[in-house]
Amino acid sequence: MSLLSITDLKVSFQTRRGEVQAVRGVSLELKKGEILGVVGESGSGKSVTSYALMRLLESNGRITGGALTYDGMDLRSVKESTMRDLRGREISMVFQNPRAALNPIRKVGQQIEDVLRRHAKATRSTAKAEAIKALEAVRINDAEARYNAYPFELSGGMCQRIVIALALACDPRLLIADEPTTGLDITTQKAVMELIADLIAERGMSAMVITHDLGLAAQYCDRIVVMKDGGIVEEGAPGQMFAAPRHAYTRKLVDATPREGTCVRALLPAEQRTPEPDLPKSDTPLLEVRNLTKTYRGKSGPVHAVKGISFTVNKGESVGLVGESGCGKSTTSSILVRLSDPTEGEILFNGEDLALTPAAGFARDPRRAAIQMVFQDATDSFNPRHTARHSISEPLARLTNLSRLDLKARVEELADLVGLPRPLLERFPHQLSGGQKARVGIARAIAVDPQFLILDEPTAALDVSIQALVLNLLVDLRAKLGISYLFVSHDLHVVRLLCDHVIVMKDGEIVEQGPTSKVMETPAHPYTRQLLAAAPKPPVLATSAAE
Amino acid sequence: MTNSGSTPLPAEQQDGAFAHMAYVLRSNPVTLLAFCMFAVLMIAAVLGPSLVPYDPLASNAALALDPPSLAHWFGTDSLGRDVFSRVIVATRLDLAISIAAVALSFLIGSVLGSIAGYWGGWLDSILNRLFDTIMAFPLFVLAMGIVAALGNTVENIVYATAVINIPFYARLVRAEVNIRRDAGFAQAAKLAGNADIRVLALHIFPNALPPMMVQVSLNLGWAILNAAGLSFIGLGVRPPTAEWGIMVAEGANFIVSGEWWLALFPGFALMFAVFTFNLLGDGLRDIVDPRQRS
Repeated sequence: MSLLSITDLKVSFQTRRGEVQAVRGVSLELKKGEILGVVGESGSGKSVTSYALMRLLESNGRITGGALTYDGMDLRSVKESTMRDLRGREISMVFQNPRAALNPIRKVGQQIEDVLRRHAKATRSTAKAEAIKALEAVRINDAEARYNAYPFELSGGMCQRIVIALALACDPRLLIADEPTTGLDITTQKAVMELIADLIAERGMSAMVITHDLGLAAQYCDRIVVMKDGGIVEEGAPGQMFAAPRHAYTRKLVDATPREGTCVRALLPAEQRTPEPDLPKSDTPLLEVRNLTKTYRGKSGPVHAVKGISFTVNKGESVGLVGESGCGKSTTSSILVRLSDPTEGEILFNGEDLALTPAAGFARDPRRAAIQMVFQDATDSFNPRHTARHSISEPLARLTNLSRLDLKARVEELADLVGLPRPLLERFPHQLSGGQKARVGIARAIAVDPQFLILDEPTAALDVSIQALVLNLLVDLRAKLGISYLFVSHDLHVVRLLCDHVIVMKDGEIVEQGPTSKVMETPAHPYTRQLLAAAPKPPVLATSAAE
Repeated sequence: MTNSGSTPLPAEQQDGAFAHMAYVLRSNPVTLLAFCMFAVLMIAAVLGPSLVPYDPLASNAALALDPPSLAHWFGTDSLGRDVFSRVIVATRLDLAISIAAVALSFLIGSVLGSIAGYWGGWLDSILNRLFDTIMAFPLFVLAMGIVAALGNTVENIVYATAVINIPFYARLVRAEVNIRRDAGFAQAAKLAGNADIRVLALHIFPNALPPMMVQVSLNLGWAILNAAGLSFIGLGVRPPTAEWGIMVAEGANFIVSGEWWLALFPGFALMFAVFTFNLLGDGLRDIVDPRQRS
């Protein structure tokens, strides 16, 4: 008996360019006690489907066809007041960004009380006790103290637990989790997913987990539907989907999901694979970091962000810097790219100590062009008022003496090099997709022929198929231009594909470093083992081993 | 929606600046109305003196205090001057004062606010206390004091109006610059070899323009009221110059005796101008914001 059934759902949005169909005839069934994974890339309509189900579409969107039946009730036709009773009590939702989903000026305990009181699950006198019970249910230690916390005082993972506590407070029968772990650290991701899975099993609930991560879905869901362009392309059990994907798109997604035992070319669809390029390697050190320390003055005494780390990057080498949020990897990359000053330590670049030149004056230093960076957030790292062409030409105009014509030609050459269609150069950042923005960011960083490139999670916000293209682009560029990379990431699978050497950081210290294969296969430090264990493990594709 | 970089471009091309402006005007009738009203004001300011039927300063005792008629649409004042001509001619002076004052406060406020927002620290504290001090005064009384102290001229009205408006701009710019100080694009600009001052002036500040436009437009309205208010109480512009504030002040004496047209029409002109600028703000913001383009 199915708890929820969606038949031929169609949703469209009214936009400036006319009507856009976001969901084109989606049908799916959710049985009692089942966890259904809805997998798809951005724009596939997976979130819109769930919002339509909750009748929470934006004002320009509407359901144009199909039926939504929850437990025999037609969700399309029930009154809004009935819908309000259903939301939270029968069907609950866990949102993507937990911090945005919580009210920043109310204590988290009170927010849980609000839900309980709204659905008459508690009275004024019992609300607090019930709220604390809800917090305990999501395994928050010292729930009574946490009751009085504000969202800003809690970590991302803790906020997501609160959001789950909120969603489950009224014992709903269906939980919709929309990208519940995006933006969380990998160990936190594992804890949150296991928590959701356990709670669902305990309470005999059903769940719909919406995610872009096929590996994650495969690990936690009983059944998976794959969506593309507003329709379902494939449906099946996770094992079967990985072993023998029927649809070409599923195949592409499976291929593009980084996992153990693949190489970077294998991420691409079979017909696009080219031979792996020869990567330049040498033993000449390019960058030597010695005893790098960064201490901030905090409200309660000094904060030691980086505690004396040392490592070397050789010419042409790619080094991965791995760690979870707060481990000091961003501080380190910001110091290395000379945007901030270290408290202590040396940064020897080709033998010269860069730390002697203060960051404030480094913009006009002759060595500025040699060290560049690709930023993590492609949206935030582009001036919203500048076109892609303007953004790419900025470093060329400031750091080289190219004439106007040469500059134009160089920008177009760079666009070709990173695979960005030339007409897109005239677009503003908000008119580009995530993958296109990543390409513009890379073009901008390599424009002035740097010797050393810091890549700060360049693919974190990208869909897997786009990530596959960008990672391959990075490998090709390294082979072609001989640039050394420092690849900052939390994704061990990606680091494995791209790096010769890995540095694992925790709490401002390097806990382990060494050749990638050694660190990944025989990790010496318990923290490295913990990280490796937390990474989602999609079933290994039987055929990919043969290829 | 995400397309891979290799997908072909859609056939439709992106909007240019002009098409974007046309879209904003088309999709928002209020903005269109505001732009039309603004055009009327500009025509009156630029061509007014050559369009009006009578010399705004020529008195004619025989026609004093005539009610509106076909020959004198807005009637005549106590000296027999044509009110319609005076109202139209005054547009140039009132707009000039307010635009000059707003431009000055925009400029000074932007520079001070940018510095405070970008560098922060003690500079920020000092500037903030300075703005607080200015805002602690009743602003109109402060403007009166400045004009009274500096002398009764049009320039001094401009300076006084500018001074009382600086804190609004400075605070707005400070906040807008401050949130973008560590933005990715500011860091990228530094990596591209821009020194701090260039990052601030060419990358961060232009992004503060959309909200500034709303402020500018509202401020133009206030500035006109402020200039008219100063003239109304006898500071600044002196009779017999045609100016809305003076005309309302002079006409006010005659309302009791039934000559309503003397104060009403310049008052309407003032209201029209303020209303226009208040309506203009949102449209102006949408036009200067590239993110509004599709």
